[in-house]
Amino acid sequence: MATFDDVKDVIVDKLGVDADKVSPEARFVEDLGADSLETVELIMGLEDKFGITISDEDAETIRTVQAAVDYIESKQ
Amino acid sequence: MGVSGLKRVVITGLGPVTPIGVGAQAFAQAQRAGKSGIATITRFDPAETGSKIAGEVNDDLSAFVDPREAKKLDRYVQLALAGAALAVQDSGLSEDELRGERTGTVIGSGIGGVKTFEDQAGVLHSRGPGRISPMFIPMMIANMATGHVAMRYGATGPSSTVVTACATGTGAIGDAARYIQLGLADVMIAGGSEAAITPIAIGGFSNMKALSTRNDEPELASRPFSATRDGFVLGEGAGVVVLEEYEHAVKRGATIYAEVVGYGTSADAHHITMPAPEGRGAQVAMRMALATAGVNPDQVGYINAHGTSTHFNDLHETQGIKHVFGDHAHKLAVSSTKSMTGHLLGAAGAVEAIAVAQALKDGVLPPTINLTDPDPALDLDYIPLEAREAQVEYALSNSFAFGGQNAALLFKKI
Repeated sequence: MATFDDVKDVIVDKLGVDADKVSPEARFVEDLGADSLETVELIMGLEDKFGITISDEDAETIRTVQAAVDYIESKQ
Repeated sequence: MGVSGLKRVVITGLGPVTPIGVGAQAFAQAQRAGKSGIATITRFDPAETGSKIAGEVNDDLSAFVDPREAKKLDRYVQLALAGAALAVQDSGLSEDELRGERTGTVIGSGIGGVKTFEDQAGVLHSRGPGRISPMFIPMMIANMATGHVAMRYGATGPSSTVVTACATGTGAIGDAARYIQLGLADVMIAGGSEAAITPIAIGGFSNMKALSTRNDEPELASRPFSATRDGFVLGEGAGVVVLEEYEHAVKRGATIYAEVVGYGTSADAHHITMPAPEGRGAQVAMRMALATAGVNPDQVGYINAHGTSTHFNDLHETQGIKHVFGDHAHKLAVSSTKSMTGHLLGAAGAVEAIAVAQALKDGVLPPTINLTDPDPALDLDYIPLEAREAQVEYALSNSFAFGGQNAALLFKKI
């Protein structure tokens, strides 16, 4: 849950969306309206927040909020 | 603009975003009151910069730019969007009327997103190129104010961006007017924007010895034509106008502030920052503005000077005016908006075009404030200290840039 809340903070900051729209199932592009540049910003924001590196290949697979939470937890 | 076969161009919306007032009414009142917008810099700690004063716009812009959107926009773009919103609102044109290819956009900037550049250069040096924001380029580039204004209104007509340093705002309005003259657009959203109150820009201008260091008396620091002037004071803001084809404006019963009748540009081809002796390049621009309108020098009643408060500008501009206008130079009135706003660089000419449009429409010429000790070498009527009621038919606005580029617009009372 702590990871989810931290991920949500980054999403709200980088995508400028309302916090209540950031559900685990929400997809970054389709549901949260991220364009290609914002997707890059989001990945960089997650890297900074959690002190991890996300490769371009891995970033391609992270398409929902839950996928981001799972990926981060697998790295920690 | 007077020459047969060309469409006439009028100003139907004003969007000033300045250190002395945001919106047409506030700006007009501040000019008439001779208000100074100069104060100690609050945007950053200016302890280590030579000049510690500037004209900041500290009004809340959230009515014009969503605060969440604002995070993705350099301040110069936010100021431009605010100016465009004010100008469009003032024009009475609906969003439906603006959408499409008969509306164009020319919003200039002298520098572009310098704060974004400064911030991301810091990231580059501290964390390496891999951490530079993907928004860096689209936030920073100088044509992005034009891009965002076009997107905001769905304006798909003629579009470009003028980047002629301190002549930008004047050039943007002049270039935009030509699209209407040629029949390529009915409406142009045009002007300039600048947000350069940042350590790197203040530091750079300071080290050129271009800025006033009258840090203890900020309100007195911008004093064009004064014997004790010691440089310009940086300001930020935007000036945006709605230009409209004359018949288009009349047909919808629009309020017309003034007609844009002449436009001239030139290059000194002399030096990177020093004006050419006797304002030679400036003379070319002023004469071209008159010639394109078929107006004689003695028909001009008011000149809104570039009037930066630097030694060389004020001297050479005055000399240039005397060459162009001869004896009439002593009969017309001249004043400097920058005495109140500071120097808004790429926004300056557009803000000053707004000042001229208001002066013509309302019959009140804005003053040059702080002119308590005129330079004996400068002997024109600079409208010292207080605004003046006067009905003027033609008014000229001058802007001169680093790089030696000059621009002049001639306006007519309607």
